[in-house]
Amino acid sequence: MAKRKTGIHAGQGAAGWVFTTPAIAVLTVFLFIPIVMALWVSMTNWTGNVDPFGGGPNATFVGAKNYTALFLQDGLARSNFMQSLGNTFYYVLLVVPLQTATSLLLALIVNEKFLRGKSFFRTAFYFPSVTSSIAISTVFLFLFANTGAVNGFLKILGINGPDWFSDSRGLLHMFFGLFGAGDNPAWGQGQIFGRSLWDWLSGPSVAMCVIIFLAVWTTTGTFMLMFLAALQDLPVEVDEAAMLDGVSPWQKLRLVTIPMLKPALFLVITLGIIGTWQVFDQIYVMGKGAPAGTTMTPAFLSYKTSFTSNAWGSGAAIAFIIFLIIVTLTWMQRRLMRDDKTPGRLRKAIRASSLAHSNRGTGPTS
Amino acid sequence: MSTTTVPTHGSRPQDTGPGDAESGAGATTTGGANGTEPPAPGRRERHVSPKKLAGYTVLIIFAIIYLYPFFIQIATSFKSDPQATAHPLSLIPNPFDFAAWKRMFGLTSDTSVPIMTWLGNSVLVTVIITASRVFFDSLAGYALSRLHFKGRRFMFMALLAVMSVPGVVLLVPKFLIVTYLGIYDTYAAMLLPLLVDAAGIFIMKQFFDSVSVSIEEAARMDGASVFRTFWSVVLPMARPSLITLTILSFQGSWNEFTHFLVVTQSPELRTMVTGLASLTSGDLGSGTQFPLKMAAALLTTIPVAILFFVFQRHFVRGANEGGEKG
Repeated sequence: MAKRKTGIHAGQGAAGWVFTTPAIAVLTVFLFIPIVMALWVSMTNWTGNVDPFGGGPNATFVGAKNYTALFLQDGLARSNFMQSLGNTFYYVLLVVPLQTATSLLLALIVNEKFLRGKSFFRTAFYFPSVTSSIAISTVFLFLFANTGAVNGFLKILGINGPDWFSDSRGLLHMFFGLFGAGDNPAWGQGQIFGRSLWDWLSGPSVAMCVIIFLAVWTTTGTFMLMFLAALQDLPVEVDEAAMLDGVSPWQKLRLVTIPMLKPALFLVITLGIIGTWQVFDQIYVMGKGAPAGTTMTPAFLSYKTSFTSNAWGSGAAIAFIIFLIIVTLTWMQRRLMRDDKTPGRLRKAIRASSLAHSNRGTGPTS
Repeated sequence: MSTTTVPTHGSRPQDTGPGDAESGAGATTTGGANGTEPPAPGRRERHVSPKKLAGYTVLIIFAIIYLYPFFIQIATSFKSDPQATAHPLSLIPNPFDFAAWKRMFGLTSDTSVPIMTWLGNSVLVTVIITASRVFFDSLAGYALSRLHFKGRRFMFMALLAVMSVPGVVLLVPKFLIVTYLGIYDTYAAMLLPLLVDAAGIFIMKQFFDSVSVSIEEAARMDGASVFRTFWSVVLPMARPSLITLTILSFQGSWNEFTHFLVVTQSPELRTMVTGLASLTSGDLGSGTQFPLKMAAALLTTIPVAILFFVFQRHFVRGANEGGEKG
């Protein structure tokens, strides 16, 4: 549409600015400027008790030192950061496949036309996703408490449940133990970024497994809805053709449905990866990184380093590293998505869903 | 335009195709993919097929996993502390114990958990933020979609950039700005940064993009001002999207945690969510106090749960209406 100064477009220039001014003001003052401020702070040694922009011994410009220290300098900052990366690695490795598989399974079943009450099941599966992450974490604290419901259930089965939240043993370490690998064996002494190979190979701790379960439990509903949207976009003809050709349901799933769901699968996985890097609320409620730092995540470490340890420069640097990781992952998703033939409706559903979550600090994994 | 482009968090997929009626009943009458069963007439009436049985089994097991925690939560809030520990799985408190609820609502001498203050703050911030977002987001979304002004394109690109910033990255930045402005630990710090949200603007812009301009142009021809056209002609048409935005804003601000965590410290400024977090992470009093925590968590969940159950159907209908209009 050509721009016109007269007729029905008269006065639109001014109105455009008036209409957007509140939004611009808020987003500039409370989003854009603060990010620039934090970028500066990430390059200082600010301790929190003086003006961060005033210089002086407690707010000195140190360049990229906070960033390099996290990777290259032996010390507490690096060992904490590397541990949080290791924890998140296992967290992503377990949460993403589990939530993708579960949500796909539920979507496939709920989508079956011959089942009744699907509205009820859809609601039941989706409900955990809309509730407060803090409230849900509180409930899980009780469920997995020493004398909680989960251990109560295990007792019925004759199993003595672990002390979930204070058990820092890594699952892989326990697995190696079955084969007689002692604690900290000789072959695991090599150092990678100041952390021994043995520590890197710990696997998620028992405590982290609770958070992994919680994450899967709260996210499958959202992803199930995405898969449902994709399933309803599938052309009916293909389904009918497959049926006429007499393929078994399993073959149909493997050879027809899953390949056609590829764009949705791909997006759910990418959104899952992005979301899993942002876990914060659950960690805050469920032990703040304890036991032995095995539930520490980069997001929570950034908060703790700044607000508790007052090493604001280092904390801000961690935040920007997370930012970089997430931006890279998002960029990869966009790039890979550009050429595919995702149906418009699915794309919209996914975009809306990721938007609704993206500003909530926890991502789809909330 | 045949379909609406109202992107709604989670609601969109519920706008299902034909044959997926609200109850799921009657779903076998339409839609082409109902024929996974062999076409043996009357077979279905005689016995339940193994496939059906397997489907229901999986659904029911998962429904139990997804809902049982909520039932345990409700039951535990009516138990005494020793009972909660001794019978964590039971769904019927024996006897019913209202101590947790009494304490929450200030009916005992113990005032360490000022729920009424938290509740008041939650209601206050949720109402203000929701109202503000619905108004300012739709104003900005409308301008970005319809009004011709210099810098519109740039503004939209900036909006997209802003939206991609993950919340966890903003903890330190938010603290810095509210401290710099001297509003740390005030209602202003809690409210001002959340009055507008980029995702909401984007949703509204997408909606206005999908609606025909002809009605507005008629209004403008009749001499209505831009704001009057927006207020009296455009907004009423945008009802489905406004409902979506209201729900998202309500849910977002009621459940908000990290923002309030970093911009406040006074107990008087705690909301249900930050209050619950302080209770759970052990800042208030000793002991496990599980019934109290479950009750507080329940109270935090209820408003969003009501919203969810009430508007689920409305979501579907609203989206369809928008589609027909567009």
